Order: sequence, then C-alpha cells, then structure tokens
Amino acid sequence: MRKAEALIFEKGQPGRRAVDLPACDVPAPDAAALIPDAYRRKTPATLPEVSQLELMRHYTALSRRTFGVDTGFYPLGSCTMKYNPKINEDAGRLDGFAALHPLQDEATAQGALAVLAAMEQYLAEIAGMDAVTMQPAAGAHGELTGIKLIRAYHRHRGENRTKVIVPDSAHGTNPATAAVCGLEIVEIKSHADGAIDLDALRAAVGSDTAALMLTNPSTLGLFERNIREVAAIVHAAGGLLYYDGANANAIMGVSRPGDMGFDVIHFNLHKTFATPHGGGGPGSGPVGVKSGLIPFLPTPVVVAADGGYRLDYDRPLSIGKVLSFYGNFGVIVRAYAYIRAMGPDGLLAASRDAVLNANYCLSRLKEKYHSPFDRFCMHECVLTSKNQKPYGVRTLDIAKRLLDYGYHPPTIYFPLIVEEALMIEPTETESKETLDGFIEAMLKIAAEAEEDAAIVKNAPATTVVGRLDEAAAARKPVVRWQP
Amino acid sequence: MTRSYLPHTAVDRQAMLAAIGVAATEDLFADIPAGLRLDRPLALPAALAEQELARHLRDLAGQNASLGEYACFLGAGAYDHYIPSVVDHVIGRSEFYTAYTQYQPEISQGYLQALWEYQSMICALTGLDVANASLYDGGTALAEAAMMACAATGRQEVVVARAVHPHYRIILGTYAADRGLTVKEAPFADGATGVAGLAELAGPATAAVIVQTPNFFGCLEDVAAAAELAHKAGALLVVAADPVALGVLEAPGALGADIVVGEGQPLGLPVSFGGPYLGFFAATEKLMRKMPGRIVGQTTDFEGTRGFVLTLQAREQHIRREKATSNICSNEALCSLAAAVYLTAVGREGLREVAELCLKKAHYAHAELVNRKVCQPVFGAPFFQEFAVRCAKPVAAVNAALRREKIIGGLDLGRYYPELAGCMLLCVTEKRTKAEIDRLVRTMEAVS
Repeated sequence: MRKAEALIFEKGQPGRRAVDLPACDVPAPDAAALIPDAYRRKTPATLPEVSQLELMRHYTALSRRTFGVDTGFYPLGSCTMKYNPKINEDAGRLDGFAALHPLQDEATAQGALAVLAAMEQYLAEIAGMDAVTMQPAAGAHGELTGIKLIRAYHRHRGENRTKVIVPDSAHGTNPATAAVCGLEIVEIKSHADGAIDLDALRAAVGSDTAALMLTNPSTLGLFERNIREVAAIVHAAGGLLYYDGANANAIMGVSRPGDMGFDVIHFNLHKTFATPHGGGGPGSGPVGVKSGLIPFLPTPVVVAADGGYRLDYDRPLSIGKVLSFYGNFGVIVRAYAYIRAMGPDGLLAASRDAVLNANYCLSRLKEKYHSPFDRFCMHECVLTSKNQKPYGVRTLDIAKRLLDYGYHPPTIYFPLIVEEALMIEPTETESKETLDGFIEAMLKIAAEAEEDAAIVKNAPATTVVGRLDEAAAARKPVVRWQP
Repeated sequence: MTRSYLPHTAVDRQAMLAAIGVAATEDLFADIPAGLRLDRPLALPAALAEQELARHLRDLAGQNASLGEYACFLGAGAYDHYIPSVVDHVIGRSEFYTAYTQYQPEISQGYLQALWEYQSMICALTGLDVANASLYDGGTALAEAAMMACAATGRQEVVVARAVHPHYRIILGTYAADRGLTVKEAPFADGATGVAGLAELAGPATAAVIVQTPNFFGCLEDVAAAAELAHKAGALLVVAADPVALGVLEAPGALGADIVVGEGQPLGLPVSFGGPYLGFFAATEKLMRKMPGRIVGQTTDFEGTRGFVLTLQAREQHIRREKATSNICSNEALCSLAAAVYLTAVGREGLREVAELCLKKAHYAHAELVNRKVCQPVFGAPFFQEFAVRCAKPVAAVNAALRREKIIGGLDLGRYYPELAGCMLLCVTEKRTKAEIDRLVRTMEAVS
C-alpha cells in the first residue's frame, strides 16, 4: 500500500518522445542564424524524455492517487463539491468555443459573446443585481475586482474611504483582498453563533468605512437574520455591502443578495454553478453590482448592438482590467450549460436539497458530535470534536480516519471562531444512501474514539502515504527536481 | 423534483424531513426574514433536457468562426499551437478535474506530485530556483510579480517597457492603483526596448524593471542588459517570457532575471476565447517566501516514504489573512497539469523543435511578404514567431479579404499604439503549413 510513485524525470531514456512533430516544410535558415548568439539557449531545458505509453501510465498512476468528486463523497465545507455534469465538459471542448481566438473580429465570435451576455443576465437575476462582469478568474479575484469597484465608486464621489469591516468568522480571502487593495481591515467580533454583533458594527462604521464584507449564509452555515439592520447601518455611514458568494448554494431562487441590501457580489461558478474545481482551478468569479457601480466595471463590457453583440472598451471610469481577456470563458460555458439544464425550478430545488442534506447530516450526527448551535443550518453544518477530546482524539484525527473509510473529510479548523471545527457541506447532488454511509462512518469513528482511540489517532492506515511531515517541508523546502 | 443532478425522490425527502423532525423543507429556511424570500420563480429560461442542451450548445458554438476551419495568423497573447492528444486525455481524467485543492495530502499524492513536477519543469525552462503551482494568466502573473518586487524591495515604483503586452500593462495599472504605486513606461525603438530608455527611468525608487521577451511585437529583448541596469539601480528584473520560445531562447534566470512570469497557454491549452489560461511564476530562492500562490514541496511520511504537500503556507491568505503575500486562493491547477503533460509530451528535444518550427515559419512568412513587396517591415529587431508589417490598405480591409479566404489575419496595432496605425501584427506558429502561409501572402498581395 505505502509506496512512492517514481517521478516523471526518473522514467524514460534520453531520446524518447511522446509526440511526433512534423518536418519543417518551409525554406529557412538555421535557428542559429535567426537568433543572436547571446540570446540563444545552448543547452535544452531538462524536460522528461518518455514514450507516449510511459506518459499515459505515469499520469494514470497519478490520477489513481488522487481523490475527486467522481471518486467519492467530498463534503468539504465552504467548497460546494457538487457533481460536475459531463455534458458541460463536452460544451467547453466544442471547437466553436475552445478554438476561438479572443482577439478575432467580434462579428466572428457572436455565439461566444451571446454566452457572456446571457450569463451576465442570468447571474444578475439570481443575485438581484443590475449588471455583472464575467472577467474575474476565481472567487478571490472577484473579491479583488469588487473591492476595487467600491474604491473607484467612493473616489469618484470625492471620498477617500480607507477601511473595510470584516467579521472574525470571514474567509481568509476577505481580509487578504482588502489588504492588497490598500485598505485597512477592521475586524469585528461575531456573536457565538456567527451573527454580526450590531453594536460592534455600529461602533466600527464611520466616514472612513468603504465596505463591509460578508458571507450570507455565514461561514458557520447560518443565515444572518439581521441582514437588513446590518445593511442599514453600513449604508447610513456611506459604506457599501460586499457579498462573498462562497455560500450562495443555499439561496438560489430562495433569497437574493441584492434584495438583502448588498451592493456588490461575487459568485464562484466552480462552487454554485457546478463547474469543476480542477484540483485548485481554473474557477470563475463573476462580479455583480448595483447600478451606481456600473461605470467602473472592468473593460471590455459586452453590449448589444445591431441585433448582435460587441465589446465596449470606451469606459473612461473603468478600473481597467483584471485579466488579459474576458474571463475564464471555458468555465463560463460550462456554468451556462448548467443553468440551462437546471432552469429556475431546478436551481431552486438544488438549493432546497442542499439545505435539506446539510440538516439531515446535522440532525443525525449531533447525537455523537458536539453541535455548537441549536438551530437549523443552511447548506452546511459545523460540528466539533469536543465530545471526543476526553479520549485524546482531535478533529484532525477524525478527518484522517475518514480517509480509511473512503470519504474526503469535511473542512477542518474553519471557521476559526469555533474550536476544533468540522464543517460539512454535503451538496444537493448526493443521495440519501451516500449520506447514510457517511453518517455511519462518522458514528463508527465516534465509537472508535471511545473504545480504541489509537486507531483514530494513527489514521490513515490505508492510503498510499501516511501522515506527512509538513513542518520539514516548510523548514527545508524541496520545491523542484534537480538532476 | 428528481433530475439527473438531483437524486432525491419524494420518498427520500419525506424520510429525511422526518429524521430532522420538520414537516416541510420550508421550515429549514425559517431564519430568512419573510420580506427577503423571493416570492416568484427566477426569470430564467426553462430547463433543457440533455439532448436539447447539446443541440443548443452546438448551435451557439456554430455561430463562431473557429480555428478548426480558419487558418489563424493572429497571436498577441493567445497562440494557436498544436495540442498533443495526450493532454486532453490526461486532464479529462475526472480524478484530477473533480478534485479540490490538495488540503488532504494522503489522498492527493498524485495531483501534488504532478504539480511538483510542473514546478520543476517551469524552473528548468526559466532557469530559476522556485516556481509556484500557477496564477490566473500571464497578465496577472506580471502584476503579482510587480507587487512582490515592491514588497521585497520596500520601494514604490516599477518601470515597465511599453513593448510589454498592452493588456498586461492595464492589469498592472489596475493592481497598482490602490496601493500608491507608480508605474513608468519605457519607450521602444526599432521593435525592442532600449537599455537607455530603461536606464533613464530606473533609479533608487525603482522596485522592478519589467520587460517581455519576445515582446508584444514578437521582438527579442536584451535580457542581460536589462538585468544589469535593473540591478545597478537596486531593482529586481521581471521578465515575461513565452514558454515555447524558451525552447530556443536562453533561460532568463541564466541572464540575470530575478522573477520570470508568463502566459502558459501556449503549453497545451486551447485559445478558448481568452481563458482559462495559466500564469506561470518563478523566482530566485531568495524571494521564495515572498511569492504569491500555492507551492508544492517534497517531504516524507512518518515511515520515510517520499510524499508531497502544499508548503510555505504561512505566505497564504487562509493562514495569514491580511498579512498574506497575495489574496489568491483558487488558481489554475488543471491548466498547470495540462502544461506539465504538454512539456512531457514534447520533451527535452521536442520543445526546441516546436520553437524552431515557429521561428522558421514566421521568418519564411516575413521574407515572402517583404520580398514580394506585399507589405513593408516595421521593425529591424530579431523576432521569434510574431512580426509587424505595414500594409498599403487599412488593416480591417486586409483582414476582411483574408476572412473570405478562411484566414484569420493579424492584429491592428493602431488599436494599442497610435503611431503604428496601418500596421499589422502577424503570428506564425508551427501549426501553419507552407500552403497556408502562401495563401496568406497571395491574398494580401491581391489586396495591396
């Protein structure tokens, strides 16, 4: 079971290749005559030299040492690991989309512009916003874009607002984004249940407040019941409300951030709209805004013209660009296919089932695992290992033991305001049988913790490597192969 | 409702509600104030069955002129290279593409190893010590490099060559805007960035000097000279490079670059109307702990078996929050995997061969156009696979004529550089055949 896979550099022989290249069919001088000697590479880069079969075996072996949603249940909180429909993969690969150059004449790319325009419209409707840009490449990139839009908005009104309010339960990207946008972070404490402390918020806002960044449902999987009061407090101070759409899978067709009072939102197409996470991207993080922020959107903007679409670059108040072209188009096509397959009733059903699944897990697991909040959750639930602590079993151990049962563990140690947190997001695409299997495994682990803690603390026993020495990796980093 | 992506039957839902102890799903949404519940269906088109959706998507895709039917001579940041069949077969394995970031290394060893091998290949290409697992694209990688250089030097100014991709420079401006950073642009002459122009702008406040090679015009820059003048000013040299060109061009790290970034799309990714692409990012060891993005490191498990983990996470937002080196979280991992498979497929000799094919075909096309007096050369600097020519007729008219011959022509440079109005930037990759190049020349000849 425990075995390292040889590196690609340790396979093959000098002179082997995995693709045959054509001969040069034009008369031309030697490369040496075309590139000045001082600029020319003298020794080829040390890349692998393997046959095509060796290549396929290598990457097939690596794929088998990787766990995806198609491998098994992946209840990773905050990440919305729902099923990635296969027709969406086919869609992204259609020649008319994949083999389309971004700078081609707009007249020859009308189908692609139609997809972008439709997605802007669909997401604006789902969010309750007035306009959407598809340009950001990921959720954090959407945050960056959104905060820059907010800065531009205030600046245009002659106000230099320098502070962003972030609850202590927020995703790490929120404060990081505010910081890279040159803003100061004001962190406010949440109530124990993750709700915003209205008094703390009132004390924090002022004429220097640029925005409040908020996730709703919160990172604890709970709906912010006071959202209207929160919005009123921030707006009264002249600030704007930013919606981190990481948890939007709970609210499609149920409630809209725009109606709650949010001014700017990003969605994660790779969470809510079923595009693959890809092992850490490519994602897509479209940003929606209320009408007052439209002039500042990144360029170009897709506009309707002459019965078709064109790209408008003439936007004097624009923040500029956040990506070289129009967004992660291949991902956007996949999300478009998802929305068209689901329809309004399907999206609503997805959010309802996501919430049902999370509450089902919560209701069955809270007998054995400590549930810090006595209320229904939204699309994810937070538990802790408090009941297992007396046996010396920590959240990390429970996560590692789940690997032996064939499950990807929940998100652990987040949100930070809950000690030893386990955050479970089942998503709507999982059946009751799958949830029951997972719940049984979690209950068994709780029993093991009481009866035979060592088996939990020494887990995993069945994976290709055991627990890895992460401290050594960071102390003396080995970050590349050297011949 | 039961759909192919929604497994619950009415019976399942009832059983689950009973287990929870509520009568209806609505009860679970009691926390949402009544006034905030949407009281109408979303105004979206009705659901399509799979075969209806397949047809609809084919129709939409069919409204675009794809490079499958047109011979493409357009580059300018997105390149129509051949993608070996193995690339899509590997990244189409759903263990890879349906995975999340590798936070549980014991069940992510395969992906972690693939990313670590990718980092190694980028280090080999760029001649630097450490590469991250990816950034969003070439433009954002360049902007992140500039931000990192400012953080590393404690300086507030960057000098960027005007011959760097115009979109990259706009992104740089957007990223720099809210941080009080100043961006100065250095001129070009004869297609390349003069050392004198850079030297005039670089000084004690300069954090980074940024050049691109081949630059936006396809011309090669003198990286060694840029490194020398950057270092003399106490600044870092950032080079944006085309990874395929690095098959024939000296590794910028070997010429003194401190940070090398670039657009990884040429490495096995489709042009895909501008994304998803891949920002690659490499730096010297000294800068390792200031780098943005994820980095995979090698380690061992408690029994001594080699394994891989995400490392140096103290740089990242989920640990450091507002003190992180960047706010990046999801990046372009699957594109890195594609690039690694591409580089493995072409291999040590093949990358040089691909680069030489591009180089030779571009020079053949250039020679034919110039020698036949179809158009005039614009610059004299040595070039890789792109070059500028001045056309007798407006660029739009030339491109319209080319389109009738199933050719996608070049970029109108006047759009970005007013002084280059009437000039076209053409790109010739290894995918273009002699017959296609000759057709381009004949058609342009007929228009001129």
